[in-house]
Amino acid sequence: MSSETKQILTTDGIPLEVSLKKAEKKNKIKAFLLVAPLLFFLIITYVFPIGDMLFRSVDDKMVTQMLPKTFKAMENWDGQELPDEEVFAAFHEDFVKLVEDKREGKLSTQLNYTKNGFKSIIKKLRRASKKFEEGNYKEQIMSVHKRWADVEYWRAIQRRAPEFTGQKYLKGMDMYVNEEGKIVSVEEDRRIHRVLWLRTLEIAFFVTVFCFLMAYPIAHLLATLPMKYSNLLMICVLLPFWTSLLVRTASWMILLQQQGIVNDFFVGIGLVADDNRPEMMYNKTGSYVAMTQILLPFMVLPLYSVMKTISPSLMRAGKSLGGTPFVAFWKVYFPLTIPGIGAGCLLVFILAIGYYITPALVGGASGTLISNQIAFHMKSTLDWSFASAMGLMLLSGVLVIYWLYNKIVGIDNIKLG
Amino acid sequence: MALPKYTEPHYRIWHYIYLTICGAVFFFLIAPLFVIFPLSFNAEEFLSFSEGMKRLDPDAFSLRWYKDMIYGTKNPWGLAAKNSFIIAIFATIGSVILGTVAALGLSSRHMPYKGLIMAVLISPMIVPLIISGVAIFFFMAKAGLAATHTGIVLAHIILGTPFVVITVTATLSGFDHSVTRAAASLGSDPVNTFMKITLPLILPGVISGGLFAFVTSFDEVVVVLFLAGLENTTIPIQMWTGLREQLSPTILAVATCLIILSTLILVTAELLRRRSERLRGINQ
Repeated sequence: MSSETKQILTTDGIPLEVSLKKAEKKNKIKAFLLVAPLLFFLIITYVFPIGDMLFRSVDDKMVTQMLPKTFKAMENWDGQELPDEEVFAAFHEDFVKLVEDKREGKLSTQLNYTKNGFKSIIKKLRRASKKFEEGNYKEQIMSVHKRWADVEYWRAIQRRAPEFTGQKYLKGMDMYVNEEGKIVSVEEDRRIHRVLWLRTLEIAFFVTVFCFLMAYPIAHLLATLPMKYSNLLMICVLLPFWTSLLVRTASWMILLQQQGIVNDFFVGIGLVADDNRPEMMYNKTGSYVAMTQILLPFMVLPLYSVMKTISPSLMRAGKSLGGTPFVAFWKVYFPLTIPGIGAGCLLVFILAIGYYITPALVGGASGTLISNQIAFHMKSTLDWSFASAMGLMLLSGVLVIYWLYNKIVGIDNIKLG
Repeated sequence: MALPKYTEPHYRIWHYIYLTICGAVFFFLIAPLFVIFPLSFNAEEFLSFSEGMKRLDPDAFSLRWYKDMIYGTKNPWGLAAKNSFIIAIFATIGSVILGTVAALGLSSRHMPYKGLIMAVLISPMIVPLIISGVAIFFFMAKAGLAATHTGIVLAHIILGTPFVVITVTATLSGFDHSVTRAAASLGSDPVNTFMKITLPLILPGVISGGLFAFVTSFDEVVVVLFLAGLENTTIPIQMWTGLREQLSPTILAVATCLIILSTLILVTAELLRRRSERLRGINQ
């Protein structure tokens, strides 16, 4: 065949194609080996731990392992009326073992998550169980407290039987599985998490809008001024950018306090009375003002780098074709800046949605965001699985935003300076 | 930006409105930083301008809080500053080495799965910090590195490398690979070529990535709050506790020092950026 006769050989007699492929493969391995140390470092210290969060958020083995015999005995229970003696005896056996290991406190904490009221009756049961006689545990346990004779509490225990659970995710959306096994919302006045999610979205959205409205004119000015002036003005953008977040938050705390300079100024121009200074910090206003100023450079820089590439002659051409400056701006200049707007808005929105430090310091109770709640559960309540669940909900929100952005603007159009 | 003579009056007015808006935004950006300077010299214990300061009375100003920052009893700033610098320096070295080597591989045209790998490498920059904090904490707790310097340094390497990867890949995108081929044809081995040819050319990118990594580590508070024990306190942690508990003017003295430090970093970064643009022939 002609292809065989025409096959080109290298000097050592190997077909060129094979030889090239071999060289190519060698280069691929070389390139990969350079990336490998960082890649594996990040996979071990960062990617796996995020997977670990996923595992923790649904992991519910603790109770399963604490009450193995009870759950085995419960398999035959239909959940309609109080369980049989068999279940009570198994529960007693498990419980005695837990008391021996001093782990009954953990059980009460865990069961209390499912249904309030377990803490005290487990304490009572521990005291009473020391005097229990053998046999007829149902009667004995039920006599400790009337809740032990309430079928609701036994159903609550049964709900903790599976090794995995989605209840932390439901809790993050203020929902829970009720006695009939249906997913329902908690009462209106206890929906704290929904309020937080909405507030996080609202603050992130408006901060992005404010940043955009403020950044667009100054980015335009920086891009059109002659170099020597724009370099000087650029310092006003870059100095805050490089300055510690805490320093900038501190300066807003000084400015916004009740005896602070902003309030002094308002009193000075007669806007508010001296004895009626408005509270500008420890509420939403504080979060808005401080976050807008802190995130503004992240909007200015991508806008600037895009505007810098737009030739001024385009605007002149627009005007010479009969457009007013406004029409020329709207039809020619603005569409060209969309990649910069997209990048800036994406950056600011995503930074704002995960903001923690500034809201915690200037936000007060009404200005805190979902991140503060995550940190609270990590550090104060130590409910790490709940913190993980909320973190992953936030992360999936962020990924959805990236996905939408990629659909609408295209991630390749991003320009970050 | 002078207006041409033929500009119509209402555009002229609009132009001045535009300049005023810009002025106001610049003021909003930069003014809050300058409040800290005078207040850090306050002779009194308040965080607002005293009557004496408003009259520019010299007695109303003092170095009291700077002395407190340095010599104060039981003051945490010395230890915090030492820790901050040690952690930031090691985190920077780690980030720069890992990031630069990875960037070299990434900008090779033979690199397989480039998009996917790049996404993993810059993910710590994209994922909200609080989530990174939780994940890194879980890892460090398991590895027994919570409340150690090593743990914090590793955490900061994770957060700092994306900046190095991005700046160095950007520098390498304008890099003329024929110079390394020339070096190889003259008998230089790859390591020698890298040290003598590639590194000096991409150095501005490496250093500015390193500056980013340094500042990231030096300012980082979210992850450190999860990881640090009493021994590992850093400047941001001290500022955080100070701002939450008792706002003493000592914090303003520290803040002033930090602003000066960031100014120095800004100047260095700008000089490097210009040099790099000059070398790459962007801005002759």
